[in-house]
Amino acid sequence: MSNTVENKTVVFTPERLSKAQEIIARYPEGRQKSALLPLLHLLQEQEGWTSPEGMDYVARLLDIQPIEVYEVATFYTMYHLEPVGTHVIEYCRTGPCCLMGGEDVLAHLKQRLGIDTGQTTVDGRFTLKEVECLAACGMGPVFQIREKYYMNLTNERVDEIIDELSK
Amino acid sequence: MATKILTEHINVPGIETFDVYRKQGGYTAVEKALKTMTPEAIVEEVKKSGVRGRGGAGFPMGMKWSFLAKPEGVPRYLVCNADESEPGTFKDHYLMKTIPHLLIEGMIISSFALGANKSFIYVRGELMYVIHILEKAIAEAKAKGFLGKNILGTGYDLELVVQPGGGAYICGEETALLESLEGKRGNPRNKPPFPAVKGLYQCPTVVNNVESIATTSWIVNNGGDAYAAIGIGRSTGTKLISASGHINKPGVYEIELGVPVEDFIFADEWCGGIRPGHKFKALVAGGSSVPILPANLALTLANGDKRLMSYESLSDGGFATGTMLGSGGFIVFDETSCIVRNTWNFSRFYHHESCGQCSPCREGTGWMEKVLHRIEYGHGHQQDIDLLVDVSKKIEGNTICPLGDAAAWPVASAIRHFRDEFQWHIDHPAEATQPGAVYRGDMALV
Repeated sequence: MSNTVENKTVVFTPERLSKAQEIIARYPEGRQKSALLPLLHLLQEQEGWTSPEGMDYVARLLDIQPIEVYEVATFYTMYHLEPVGTHVIEYCRTGPCCLMGGEDVLAHLKQRLGIDTGQTTVDGRFTLKEVECLAACGMGPVFQIREKYYMNLTNERVDEIIDELSK
Repeated sequence: MATKILTEHINVPGIETFDVYRKQGGYTAVEKALKTMTPEAIVEEVKKSGVRGRGGAGFPMGMKWSFLAKPEGVPRYLVCNADESEPGTFKDHYLMKTIPHLLIEGMIISSFALGANKSFIYVRGELMYVIHILEKAIAEAKAKGFLGKNILGTGYDLELVVQPGGGAYICGEETALLESLEGKRGNPRNKPPFPAVKGLYQCPTVVNNVESIATTSWIVNNGGDAYAAIGIGRSTGTKLISASGHINKPGVYEIELGVPVEDFIFADEWCGGIRPGHKFKALVAGGSSVPILPANLALTLANGDKRLMSYESLSDGGFATGTMLGSGGFIVFDETSCIVRNTWNFSRFYHHESCGQCSPCREGTGWMEKVLHRIEYGHGHQQDIDLLVDVSKKIEGNTICPLGDAAAWPVASAIRHFRDEFQWHIDHPAEATQPGAVYRGDMALV
C-alpha cells in the first residue's frame, strides 16, 4: 500500500451505501462476506482506486477483519491498489490479440502516451495497464476503459480514441 | 439449414428485452417445466439429451445434476460459471450480452430441477456492462412474475443474484469460483468433497457453464431425445465456437457437433478460410489450454479420415496426434505465426494466473515462461527444449486443480509438433530475434 497518499476517511455516498446494503442483503444470513468483491468494485468506482482507508471501511461494513479485505484485494487484478489516472486503459496482451498485431499497437499506444505499462501520464489523464484475455478474441486487438470495450484496434484508431478522451 | 438451439433468434432486433424474447417463444420452457413437469422429469430429459458441460471439461450435465446431494433442511445452490477467461474463448460473453434472457430462462429451469431457491451467476468482473444487461433482464423477468416468490403461481420461489468477479482466470475453476463467491481469494479446493456434496457455503451445489445452462430451455421444449438426435455419437447437440486468429471471419458460430474441421475453417458459412495470401499453419481448437496441432493433424486423423468438430474426433489419438474440444476457443494460425512466441505468450498467461497454491504450478509456470522467453529472445541453451518438456511433465497432474495441466499442455504440444522451430531459435539467435521472424522449415502448410 502506498504511504505517499494523504490519509483520509472514506465513506460511501448515501446512494452507494444504500446499494452496498442491498448487495449485502443478497446473501444468506452470516454469509455477508460474499459481498466483498462487489463492495470493492463499488469502492473503486467511487474513489477511483482501492485505497487502504476504503478497504478498512469495507471491512467495517461487513464486520470482518481488514486483513480479510487486503488479502482479497491483492489477489484480483481489477482492484487498483495505487492511485490511477482518469482513464485506465487495460490492454489485452494475450495470444489471439497478439496474432492480430496487438504487440505493435501496444507499442504505438505507449509511444503516443509517452508512458510504459503501469505508469500514468504526467497530466494524470491516462494510466496504462496490460491485462490478460478480455474475452473478445475475435475482435482483437482490444483494450478496455472502465466498462467500454474498444475492439479491432489499429494505430489510427488508438490515436482517435486518445484524441477523443483528451478533449 | 443447420439447427440453431442457442442463436436462432439472436439477430432479432430487441431480443435483449423481455417482450421481444417472449414473442419469439421465450419463457415457454419455464411455463412447461414449472407447471407440467417434476424436477426429476427435467433431470431425466437433460440426461437423455446427452449434453456435456460446455465450459471445457465436457462432463455430462445430467449426470452432474444427478450427483447432487439432497439432505433435508439444507439449501441447495445452482451457480452459473460465467467467468469465461480462457484465451480464445468469447462465446459466453457474446451469448449473455445479446440474449440475456436465454441464460435467465435456463437458470430458472435448472434451479427448479435442482431444488435451488437462490442461484448465482458469477460473471468475470471485466464484463461489468454485461452484468448490467443481466441485472436489467432479471428485473424484467421478476416484474413479469418469472422470478421471485411464487413464480407463475406454482409455489416455486427463486432469487437470482449476479456476482462480479475481480479479474482472475482461476475463478473459472469451479471450486475457486465458489471460494471467490464466498468473498475469498480464488484458491481451488481439494476434491473430494465435490461441490455436489459440499459446495457453496458447504451446501450441495451444482456449477454449470453459461452455454450449458442456456441449452435447457430447448431441451425442455423439445425433449432430450430430440437434442440427442443432433450432433454425432456422444457429442450431442450444438456447440458455440469462438473463432479467432488468422481467418477471414472471426466470430461466434453455433455448429452442430460433427462438422469437419476443414469445413469449419474454410467454408463461407463459418470462418471463410485463412486471410488472403496466407496458408494454414496450426490450430488451437479448444482454448489456449488444449494442445496445439499442426495443420495436417488439425484437418485429418492419423488414419487419414477427416477430423470432425466433436469431443471424440478432436481427441482422437490422444495427445500424440489429437487435442480437445475444450471450451470451443478456436484459434487459427497462418504461416506468419511464430510458435515459440505464441507458446511464450500462453505461458506468461498461465504464470500470471496461477493462484500460487501448489508449488509445481506456482514455480513451474514461471520457470517455463522464463525459459521460453530466453529462447524467443535469442538466449536459449541447447538443453532448454528438453528442460521445458521435463518441467511441463512435472506440473501436469501434480496440482489441486487443472490449471497446472492447462499450463503444461500448450508447451508440451508445441514442442511435440514444432520442435524444429524451437531448435531454430536456439541455433539462429540473431535471426530469431528479428521482428516477425518465423521458422518455416519443411512445415506442411495447407
